[in-house]
Amino acid sequence: MLSKHSFSPALIDIADQTLFFKSFFRNSFKKGFEWNEFLRQAYVTGYRSIGIIALTGFILGFVLTLQSLPTMKQFGAVSFIPGMVSISVIREIGPVIVGLMCAGKISSSMGAELGSMNVTEQIDAMVVSGANPMQYLVVTRILACIVMVPLLTVFADVIALLGGFVSSNLEGSISARLYFYKSTSVLEFSDIIPSLIKTILFGFAIGFVGCYKGFHSNRGTESVGLAANSAVVTASVWIIVIDAIVVQITNVFVYK
Amino acid sequence: MEQVIEIQGLKKSFNGKEVLTNINLTVKRGENVVILGKSGEGKSVTIKCITGLMHQDEGSLKVFGREVTELNHHELRDLRKRIGFLFQNGALYDSMTVRDNLAFPLQRVSKIKDKKQIEQLSMEVLEAVGLEDAIDKMPSELSGGMRKRMGLARTLIVKPEIMLYDEPTTGLDTITSKEISSLILDMQRKYDTSSVIITHDIPCARITADRVLIMSNGECIAEGTCDELEHAKDPFVRSFFK
Repeated sequence: MLSKHSFSPALIDIADQTLFFKSFFRNSFKKGFEWNEFLRQAYVTGYRSIGIIALTGFILGFVLTLQSLPTMKQFGAVSFIPGMVSISVIREIGPVIVGLMCAGKISSSMGAELGSMNVTEQIDAMVVSGANPMQYLVVTRILACIVMVPLLTVFADVIALLGGFVSSNLEGSISARLYFYKSTSVLEFSDIIPSLIKTILFGFAIGFVGCYKGFHSNRGTESVGLAANSAVVTASVWIIVIDAIVVQITNVFVYK
Repeated sequence: MEQVIEIQGLKKSFNGKEVLTNINLTVKRGENVVILGKSGEGKSVTIKCITGLMHQDEGSLKVFGREVTELNHHELRDLRKRIGFLFQNGALYDSMTVRDNLAFPLQRVSKIKDKKQIEQLSMEVLEAVGLEDAIDKMPSELSGGMRKRMGLARTLIVKPEIMLYDEPTTGLDTITSKEISSLILDMQRKYDTSSVIITHDIPCARITADRVLIMSNGECIAEGTCDELEHAKDPFVRSFFK
């Protein structure tokens, strides 16, 4: 007879993740959505990440402009820098950098928090009391990430343009109005929409991986650290993979 | 008297190692059964099987006359609403205050939405365990004994018919241990529960037990009152009471 031990750990992990996803999906549409916990998680994942995202976004735009300036000068194409920076940031660099930052900050904290709840039997306590930990702990966290990561990305994109403007003014002089006109006039919906869809998927990956790793951590204090670490690594890899897939799909269907 | 828990020939193994080899246990309504045994004998596994947190490999486990492994998801959740489980360290939700810890099962298990009623029930159960002043504290601000009391309060607030205690006095000083043991007995009388208490603490067993079971090598090797087992022929059984 086939037992659980007949399969490799990787296959068991895939099966567990599939069941976890199924349970998340089923519980997302159940009555009694935990609005208060969802809003608390949105505050924790979104509002508390604003500082680090703003700093990252600003430096991103600032450095990108600064780095491209010498090369663009050689071709007499300095006036294209705002457009180039905005397209690079909004299409690709902004979502990926924010995704990776959120994987480090949010996914790890979810892995550690739920892992620690697992170790101290708090999740078991919810289960045996007849409450639904998937609905209270997992659905709220994943949905909060799905909502907040795109918002953080939009925020980081705007701050990155601001960073680009500051950087442009270090070398030359350009008015804010002209800079932002040049940045936004090159943008099309086909730049913004795929990027937003990508960030929604990033948000899902960050929340899902953090919750899954925390929920499935072993019993022991060491496993809390392992869950957090594993959540960061796995979520980061997922972000890169999702990015590659979405870029391919976008190239085929949008920029053909 | 009605049997609320009936276990026959329970077997459970982990990674090929048998932890429970043959557990037979019955608990009657209103009865306090204490399970004694060395660490790693599978006492906690037994009560986790009762709540469906773990599933046995073989044997029959009936709670309120229904086989636990045959229950579907909804039936198991309904069954759990009738069972209280006090974890070793209280398992308090550490991101919530004592007030929110108590409101959590009321809102989600008993489906009580009225804030006044939640407050009233919370105060009632906190008074019962002597923690009425701690209602706005975080679990991290509570001492070991207070955490156990609080865990007991959170479990009793939904008025379960069966209480399962996983080492309720472990890690506490002698005086607090006696207080918790007396509290278990008081609560059992007040809320008319049937209890399974897992412990190494003989004073706790003496205070709380109507009947004691001794587990060794994954099976129950002796059963009786504390006095009977203290004078048992088997030196291993007697050794628990020395």
